Amino acid sequence: MESSELKGGKDSQISDELSELRMESSELKKAKDSPISDESNRRSSFPDEVLERVISLLNSHRDRSSVSLVCKDWYNMERWSRTHIFIGNCYSVSPEIVARRFPKIRSLTLKGKPRFSDFNLVPQNWGADVHAWLVVFAAKYPFLEELRLKRMTISDASLEFLALSFPNFKALSLLSCDGFSTNGLAAIATHCKNLTELDIHENDIDDKGGGWLSCFPESFTSLEVLNFANMTSDINFDALERLISRCKSVRVLKVNRSISLEQLQRLLANAPQLTELGTGSFTQELAQRQYEELESAFNNCKNIHTLSGLWEVKGLYLPALYPVSTHLTFLNLSYAVLQSDELAKLLVHCPQLRRLWVLDTVEDKGLEAVGSNCPLLEELRVFPADPFDEEIVHGVTEAGFVAVSYGCPRLHYVLYFCRQMTNAAVATVVQNCPDFTHFRLCIMTPGQPDYLTNEPMDEAFGAVVKTCTKLQRLSVSGYLTDLTFEYIGTYAKNLETLSVAFAGSSDWGMQCVLGGCPKLRKLEIRDCPFGNAALLSGLEKYESMRSLWMSACNVTMNGCRLLAREMPRLNVEVMKEEGSDDDGRADKVYVYRSIAGQRRDAPSSVLTL
Amino acid sequence: MQGVVAIGGGGSESGSMSTVSREENMVVSSEDSSYPDESGLELGLGLSLGGFKVNQVSKGGGQYARILTAKDLPSVVSSAGGSASSSLSPSSSSSSSSSSLSRANITAGTKRTADSVAAAIGSSQVVGWPPIRAYRMNSMVNQAKAVATEGFNATEENHKSETSMVEKNTIGSYQSSGNAKIRKSLFVKVNMDGIPIGRKVDLNAHESYEKLAKTLEDMFLKTNTSVNPVVSRAREHGLMNQITRPSKLLDGSSDFVLTYEDKEGDWMLVGDVPWEMFLTSVKRLRIMRTSEATGLGTQIRILC
Repeated sequence: MESSELKGGKDSQISDELSELRMESSELKKAKDSPISDESNRRSSFPDEVLERVISLLNSHRDRSSVSLVCKDWYNMERWSRTHIFIGNCYSVSPEIVARRFPKIRSLTLKGKPRFSDFNLVPQNWGADVHAWLVVFAAKYPFLEELRLKRMTISDASLEFLALSFPNFKALSLLSCDGFSTNGLAAIATHCKNLTELDIHENDIDDKGGGWLSCFPESFTSLEVLNFANMTSDINFDALERLISRCKSVRVLKVNRSISLEQLQRLLANAPQLTELGTGSFTQELAQRQYEELESAFNNCKNIHTLSGLWEVKGLYLPALYPVSTHLTFLNLSYAVLQSDELAKLLVHCPQLRRLWVLDTVEDKGLEAVGSNCPLLEELRVFPADPFDEEIVHGVTEAGFVAVSYGCPRLHYVLYFCRQMTNAAVATVVQNCPDFTHFRLCIMTPGQPDYLTNEPMDEAFGAVVKTCTKLQRLSVSGYLTDLTFEYIGTYAKNLETLSVAFAGSSDWGMQCVLGGCPKLRKLEIRDCPFGNAALLSGLEKYESMRSLWMSACNVTMNGCRLLAREMPRLNVEVMKEEGSDDDGRADKVYVYRSIAGQRRDAPSSVLTL
Repeated sequence: MQGVVAIGGGGSESGSMSTVSREENMVVSSEDSSYPDESGLELGLGLSLGGFKVNQVSKGGGQYARILTAKDLPSVVSSAGGSASSSLSPSSSSSSSSSSLSRANITAGTKRTADSVAAAIGSSQVVGWPPIRAYRMNSMVNQAKAVATEGFNATEENHKSETSMVEKNTIGSYQSSGNAKIRKSLFVKVNMDGIPIGRKVDLNAHESYEKLAKTLEDMFLKTNTSVNPVVSRAREHGLMNQITRPSKLLDGSSDFVLTYEDKEGDWMLVGDVPWEMFLTSVKRLRIMRTSEATGLGTQIRILC
C-alpha cells in the first residue's frame, strides 16, 4: 500500500534530473549564504517553469519530501504540485495540517492502527477512525478521487458521506479495515457515478448479504477494478454479469467463493481483456462441454498476468488454467489447498512467475518444484494451512526453503511459516539469494532453537544481515539471544522495519538495534525481556522513526512517563489493562512521532502520557 | 450439583431443571465470599462487551490477565531442572523493573529443557501468534480440515482421471464422499470478564456444549500447566489459594457462567436451546461473572 513509485525508465530519468537539481540547489544555497545574493539573481539561473515541470513529475513521496526541504521556493512549488499524499500513521499529522499545506490533493493513502492489530493485540475501539479526515477533506478537497485505507476504522455512515461528498470520486481501497458493513458498500455503488476502483480486501466487514453489488446503476460503466474476493455472502450473479459486460474497461476482477466455475466462464467470456483475475470456487461438477468452454474462456484471456482465488480447488481442473499460466507473473494460491504434485504439475506451465504465494500443504516437494520451474521468481510467501495443530507433521521445513533458493537466485522477498529451521539452511539460502530486501521467517513455536544442533538461531539471522546488504524488512523468530540483535545493529544498515517476538536476553539486544540501524522506521516487539533501559536508549531515535510497539516486555509506566516527558514531540500511548497499578508494568506501549499533538479520540483504555 | 446447562441439546425438560439449578448456583456463589473479589485479582471488564460494569478491586496489583510472555518460562525451565545458566551475556541483569521471577535466561541448556520450553508455549496458547491475519485463519481452517482426510484420495483421483478428465461419475463420487465435505467454520469472539483481550473459537469444530465448554476452559481457566497466562499471573502473586481447581463453566461450580449474545442482541445463558439452534442464533460469547448474570435467567424464562 505504499504510494505508487515509478519503476524503470521514467524514474531514472527523473532521478537524473533530480540529482542535477540537487547540485544546482547546493550552488543556490551557497549563493544564498553569500551576503551579496538577491532573489532575482538566484532565480534567473534556473527558470521556474522548468523546475515546476520537473517537480510535478515526481511521484515518489520520499523524493518529494527531499525536494521540499531544499529551500522555501522549492517547498512551495512542491506543495502546489502534489496530488497524492501518503500518510503512514494517521495520527502523525492532522487533516487540517495536511489541507493547509497541500491544496491540490486528489488521492490519499492512510494507514491507521499498529500492525499487531491484525493479530488481535489492539483493543477494538482503539481509534484510527477516518471520519474526521473525510469531513475536512469534503470541505478542502471536494475534487478528491482516491482513498486507500489500511487498518483504519470506517463506518457505513462515513462511506455514505464519502459517496455523497466527492462527485469525482473514483477509487476506494480498504485493506484490513473494520467498522463497516455491506450497507456502506451499497452506498458507494449507488452514488459514485465515476467509480473506477472498488477494492475490498481482507477486512473485518459485517457481511449482511450480497445485495450491494446490485446497487450499481445500469447506466454505470466506468468500473476498472473490482475486488470482493474476501466477502462471504452470495451476490446476484446476473447483476454481476451485466455489470462486467457493460464495463468494457474492467481489467481487475476478483470474485468471491460464491461464484462457481460455470459462472466464472461466463464472466471471462465477457471480459477477455482482464489482466488480473481472482476466481471463485474452483470446484464443481463439470460436464465435458462445460470444461472445454472454461478452458476456451481462459484461452481467450491473453492478458491475465495475476491469478488468485482458487478456493476449494480440485487439482483436476487446474489444467484449464494452462493457457493463462504461461504468462502469469503473480500466482496467489494462498487460499488453495494443493498437494505437492498438483502444484508441481501446474508450475511446469508457469515459467514467467515472479511472485508466488502458497499454502504449506504443498510441502517441501512442492517447493522443490518451485525451484525447478520458476527461475525468475522474486517473491515467495508460504502460509500455514493449520497453524495451531501441533501434531501436524506436514507443512514445510528448511529443506523446501533451501530448494527454492537454489532454483531462484533472484528471490528478494520471502515470508516463510515453518515448524523447524536450522542455522545452516538459512545461511545457504542467503548465500544463494543475496539480494533479499524482505526476509520474514516465522518458526511457529515461540523460542524454538535450531532443531538439529539445538543452538539459538542467532547465526541464521546473522547470516541474513551480513549477506543481504539491501535488507529493508526483517522478521525474526525462534530461540534468539542478544547476539542476533548485535548482528542486526552491526550489519543491517538499510533496515527499515524490524519485527521481534519471544527473543533476546536483555536490554542490550534492543539497545544494539536502536543504536545501530540508521534507517530504522518501524520497530515492533512483543514478549521480549526488554525494559526501561532499552526503551530509553532510543530517546533520540524515535523522532526519526514512524513508530515503536512494545508489548509484554519489561517496560514500566514510569519508564514510559520518562520518555513522554523527555520527548514532547512523541506520543507515548499505553494500552491499559483494567485495574493495573499505575507504577506497574506497561503492557502495551505504542510510541510515535506526531506534529498533531496528542490525539483526542483515544478510548479510556488507552493512556497518553 | 447437577449440571446447570443442557448439554448436547435437549428440550424443555433440561430447561426447567437448569433454571432451578442456575438460581441455586447464583445463590451459592453470592454467598461464597472468598472468591476473587476480595483476593485482589482485578476484575475489569473486557473492552469489547458493552453495558456491564464491574467493580474493580485491585490489591496486590499486577496484571490479572496478560499475554503469555517469555517471563513465564522460568517456571517451566527451572522445573525441568534447568541447567546452569551459561550466562548469555555479561549484561544479563534485567532491567530495573524485573518482576520477582528471575529473568528467563533461556539458556541453551539440555535439549530436554529447550524442548520443554518450546512445548510449553505451544502456538495455540498464545494470543496473536503465529502472526496471521484473522481473516486468513478463518478461511483456512475449513479447507485444511478437508484436505487432511482427503489428501490421499485426491492424489489417486487425479491419476485416475488424467485421461478421462471429466467423467461425470468419477467426479460425482469423489465429491459426494464423506471426506470431501467441507465444513464451514463459525468463528465467534469470546471474552472473559477481567481479560481485555478476547479469543476466537470455531463453534463448528465442536459438536456439543460440553466440548465447547471444555475448549473455553482450556483457553481461559486451565490450571494444570503454567502456560495459561491468567493462572500463571495469579500463581505469581500467591493467589493460587483462591483458585482451587479447574472451574467448570457449565456445571455452576465456577464463579463464571458462559453466556452468549444472540441475533436480537440479547444476552442469554448458554445451554438452554438445542446445540444446532444455538449455532444459528449465537453472535458472540462472554464468560461472565456469575454475579453479573442475575438478569439472564429471567430472559430465558420469558422466552421459553
